[in-house]
Amino acid sequence: MAELMMNGETPEILFWVGCAGSFDQRAQKITKAFATILDKTGMKWAILGKEEACTGDPARRAGNEFLFQMMAYQNIQVLNGYGIKKIVTTCPHCFNTLKNEYPELGGHYEVIHHTTLLQQLIDEGKIRMKEGGEFKGKRITYHDSCYLGRANDIYEAPRKVLEALDAELVEMKRCRTKGLCCGAGGAQMFKEDEPGDKRINLERTEEALQTGAGFIASACPFCNTMMTDGVKLNEKEESVQVLDIAEMIAMNME
Amino acid sequence: MQIIQQVLFVLLAGAASWLFYKKASEIKRNILLGKEEDLTDQPSVRWRNVVLLALGQKKMFLNPLVAVLHFVIYAGFIIINIEVLEIVLDGILGKHRLFAEPLGSFYTFLINSFEWLAVGVIVVCVIFLSRRNINKLKRFISKDLNGWPRSDANYILITEIVLMSLFITMNAADRALQLNGNEHYHDTGNFFFSGLLAPSLQSFGDGTLVAIERACWWLHIVGIFAFLNYLPYSKHLHILLAFPNAYYARLDAPGKMRNMPSVQNEVLYAMQPELAPADAAPPARFGAKDVMDLSWKNLLDAYSCTECGRCTAACPANGTGKLLSPRKIMMATRDRLEEVGKNINQNGSFQDDGKSLLHDYISVEELRACTTCNACVQECPVSISPLDIITELRRSLIMEESNAPQEWNGMFSNTENNFAPWKFSPDERDQWATA
Ligand code: SF4
Ligand code: SF4
Repeated sequence: MAELMMNGETPEILFWVGCAGSFDQRAQKITKAFATILDKTGMKWAILGKEEACTGDPARRAGNEFLFQMMAYQNIQVLNGYGIKKIVTTCPHCFNTLKNEYPELGGHYEVIHHTTLLQQLIDEGKIRMKEGGEFKGKRITYHDSCYLGRANDIYEAPRKVLEALDAELVEMKRCRTKGLCCGAGGAQMFKEDEPGDKRINLERTEEALQTGAGFIASACPFCNTMMTDGVKLNEKEESVQVLDIAEMIAMNME
Repeated sequence: MQIIQQVLFVLLAGAASWLFYKKASEIKRNILLGKEEDLTDQPSVRWRNVVLLALGQKKMFLNPLVAVLHFVIYAGFIIINIEVLEIVLDGILGKHRLFAEPLGSFYTFLINSFEWLAVGVIVVCVIFLSRRNINKLKRFISKDLNGWPRSDANYILITEIVLMSLFITMNAADRALQLNGNEHYHDTGNFFFSGLLAPSLQSFGDGTLVAIERACWWLHIVGIFAFLNYLPYSKHLHILLAFPNAYYARLDAPGKMRNMPSVQNEVLYAMQPELAPADAAPPARFGAKDVMDLSWKNLLDAYSCTECGRCTAACPANGTGKLLSPRKIMMATRDRLEEVGKNINQNGSFQDDGKSLLHDYISVEELRACTTCNACVQECPVSISPLDIITELRRSLIMEESNAPQEWNGMFSNTENNFAPWKFSPDERDQWATA
């Protein structure tokens, strides 16, 4: 972003990468896939780079409002400083915080999740799929992210994008408003599960495996980690892959 | 004789209303112990919620069979209470079936429909009783309901059956008297169910029939007064509170957590000291330790909870054997609030009793298990947010007690120092783009 500004340019859209997308090795692949898509569509986009910081979502949900407010203050200063109008993010948690929680702290942006943007780009014909791509006729099941679905009422965009793959979409027993959490939200990602019978991600992965799908589609880097772990624990990594919707589109794009 | 009945009735009605009023004011006072929160914006959306969620029971209809059954009880309850209006007026004025004459055949139609409803209510109550006690649905056998809450549910179903049976028996005795040509009991026309029973009662003789009719009339209305005063102590308070609770439901996106302007300002003044007013006083408490620290809406939620357990059945933590149960969060909040209310009744104002909602009623382990997934909020048919209480209590745990698991403390310090929840250098943030 800083470089663009020096050249006196403004991007159409800011790609908010998020901490997982920036640092987590698995999630970096999602980031790269999405960046490739953006490039191919010819959009002018930018990232904040080193100036991006955690939105404060895990801290806030754990109960640390001070830390959240500090992060929010910092980020809003940077975003407003660059005059950012529109943000896209591959993380539903960043999406929720930027979209719903920053406005009353002085950060007003048009925030869009990458699945919604992908759907728009497909509808506009800016993303075109390969004939008989990678997923044609394959069975895919989509795992609803809580922060996309129940928290923000986005259920259809990710499914519409998946339909473009010409695959066979199958639903899990609990989906859409009834979708079962992967177990990562509310800062659970950063600690062990409380004592119980089972880890939540295992429960959810088993449900996904029951559909017989070869691909579990996710739209959140945290869900992705949780489901990937679950598939490994079930020793199914040979036959079942967990992929972000952006990765699937990138693989299938002309 | 007539005048004694009238006086008795007026006394009884007065006492029942007064008792109910007293308890209702107490509940209102308790709810207003909560922190202020403005939930009056967008009235048209709010009214829509009342119509769809409370009156129309939209979320119940996700399971149509149960919804229809529940709707029969609920409609029966509301509509049959129109008939109570007649009973009350009859009681005060010493009349019998006051509306029969002016309404004519419409009266017959009305009471006839009430009888159909009454029988519907009886059937559904029997089904619901067996669902709770014989079929043992998972959310009904949960340990959340051990003790009083389980009996509460059964009592009300049994009471409904009794009240409805009294209503029909009363009509049957009345009809038998009409058929016998007793002139005090003018012809109302035949009602379906009592009409079936009436002929078999005719042989009892007028004296007995009058006694049956009167006894049923009295038991019916006494039962209704008792029901009225039982409500505030029961999960069935949702019959009344579901309406305001739907109206005052938060309209924000469910993913949005409530802001804490006090903390927001403190951070702002730390960053830009020139903005700080000279007299900025920090808030007394961060987050909620006890019920008074919650918002009044959280407390209204607690009184509105019908203990159905739909939230808990959907909760990923509960479903995988964790201690957390969102239903129990609501029940604990109400129990603690009732205790605080009693404390105020005794002492005039709340005297510290060394207890609090956090720790004494809701444990740290429960709070830590929540993934903030909003499934409980989504499922609740009466617009309750257990999640909001959970996050408020978590705020108190962290900001007041610095009570966090080790891993969270690590996450906090990473976020503060490296601007990411993991231990990575901020300089590496954009390395993915070059690697
Ligand atoms: S938000 Fe928390 S309490 Fe509610 S269902 Fe999800 S995990 Fe359970
Ligand atoms: S909070 Fe709602 S869903 Fe949960 S038990 Fe109470 S009424 Fe039922």
